Amino acid sequence: MLSMYWEVIRIRFLMMLAYRVNYYSGIVIYSLNIGVYYFLWMAIYGGESSLQGLTSLQMATYIAVSWMARAFYFNNLDREIAQEIRDGTVAIQLIRPYPYLLVKVFQGFGEGLFRLLLFSVPGMIVVSFIFPIHLPGFSDVWLKFALSLLLGFIVNVQVNILTGVCAFFILNNQGLIRAKRVAVDLLSGLIIPIPFYPEWAQLLLSYLPFQAISYLPSLVLVKGLAGEEFVHAILIQAAWCVLLWIPIRVIWKKARKTLIVQGG
Amino acid sequence: MFHLRLFIEYFKQYMKTRLEYRWDFVAQFATDFLFQAVNLVFILVVFQHTKSLNGWNQSEVIFIYGYFLIPWAVFSAFFNLWDFNERYIIRGELDRVLTRPVHSLVQVIMETMSPESLLGVLTGLIVMGYAMTDLHLHWSWTDPLLFLLFTLGGVAVYAGIYIALTSISLYTDSKTDIQPIIFNIGSYGRYPVNIYHRVIQFALTWVLPFAFVGFYPASFLLDQEQWKGYALITPLVGAVYLAIGITCWNRGIRHYRGAGN
Repeated sequence: MLSMYWEVIRIRFLMMLAYRVNYYSGIVIYSLNIGVYYFLWMAIYGGESSLQGLTSLQMATYIAVSWMARAFYFNNLDREIAQEIRDGTVAIQLIRPYPYLLVKVFQGFGEGLFRLLLFSVPGMIVVSFIFPIHLPGFSDVWLKFALSLLLGFIVNVQVNILTGVCAFFILNNQGLIRAKRVAVDLLSGLIIPIPFYPEWAQLLLSYLPFQAISYLPSLVLVKGLAGEEFVHAILIQAAWCVLLWIPIRVIWKKARKTLIVQGG
Repeated sequence: MFHLRLFIEYFKQYMKTRLEYRWDFVAQFATDFLFQAVNLVFILVVFQHTKSLNGWNQSEVIFIYGYFLIPWAVFSAFFNLWDFNERYIIRGELDRVLTRPVHSLVQVIMETMSPESLLGVLTGLIVMGYAMTDLHLHWSWTDPLLFLLFTLGGVAVYAGIYIALTSISLYTDSKTDIQPIIFNIGSYGRYPVNIYHRVIQFALTWVLPFAFVGFYPASFLLDQEQWKGYALITPLVGAVYLAIGITCWNRGIRHYRGAGN
């Protein structure tokens, strides 16, 4: 059983490898995004050495890390699932002897692994030459970051699956998918770290799963969270991983019953 | 006159196809608006922690951003060249275009336009209006006129650059990812350029002059003297880049050999 999922990861990885040229431009684009936010945030800091518990150096690192982490957790599973529902291929997928959604998760993981190795790591090296950022040396912080990043990936995949399976009910959910993407970028702390939001918004965001995707993993690395703080962050992420599974199960069960294949 | 009539005909056909799917229309407008809203939220949130962005206050930054949306909306309404390679080169539609007696670029523009993007002008004006309630700007009688010229200049800058980039497809049918890269550089132009490193400021002024799309003209309308010279040459820069773009296109068309069978 496990070997099957390993195969799913491997195939997706190789598929991505075939189109690797696309990713060089990806690194440039992400670096440009890091650049614009770097200069904006440095102008915001102005003379201040620290805002909302982040020093300007930590902020610069945060921007770089969170964008490069996005390369890992970002995927188009929502679009893929919606597409398969719309063109009816999901019917074939459903009669195959594997859990459809879980295979999708592992496909996303293969894609993420590819981007992590061929995009995020070289991208991070490029970016660390251009911008003054500070990354921890060899230490257990990286292991903690890896764990947090993985949980962030899972939460993002779950949000994507939720958006994707909505295509069972709303047959054209392109708008929803795009809106979700914008919402995730904004509310996950990628564009604005959570502590910069006004109090009421912070309170609201603490009850939403988005912070688990980008803000918490980036914080683990940038601030080197340890002890209780680290455990707290991981628990929040893990809790969302479990909680989000419930609506997915419910919707998925209902959706399989109401499946309408358009055309055929 | 002939071109105008042609344009109206194309426009009518376009509206027919679009109105067939009304909800797509609404959904697209809503999501476009959401994209802009994110940038506005960013500005509003960060200004809770600082009084100024290198000398620019919140309303000024919002004004610049709102201004930027206007040339951008006009550009994206009429220069929808994103999938030119796919549609015209690989699927060979350009061959059809070339047999017709109207300039190829004009035809491509009219076939790919998406006039609903012009709603972005409204968004831009609303954003600018919102910023202006807080700013005490002196509008002289020349300002609306200059505003129009600046907008056209900004559109021409964008158009020139993208026409030149699209012309690459006329030489090679392999996909290039240069357009999204340039698109991301374009977003640098919607914030005050003096926050950037000097090299970037230079590049945004003289190499890929996106600063002329948003920042320079907007700073002029904000009654800032420092960049007045730059603002006033906006139409000129636009004309130069548009000319470069069209030249690239015409040369490319002469070189075009088709993508095979």
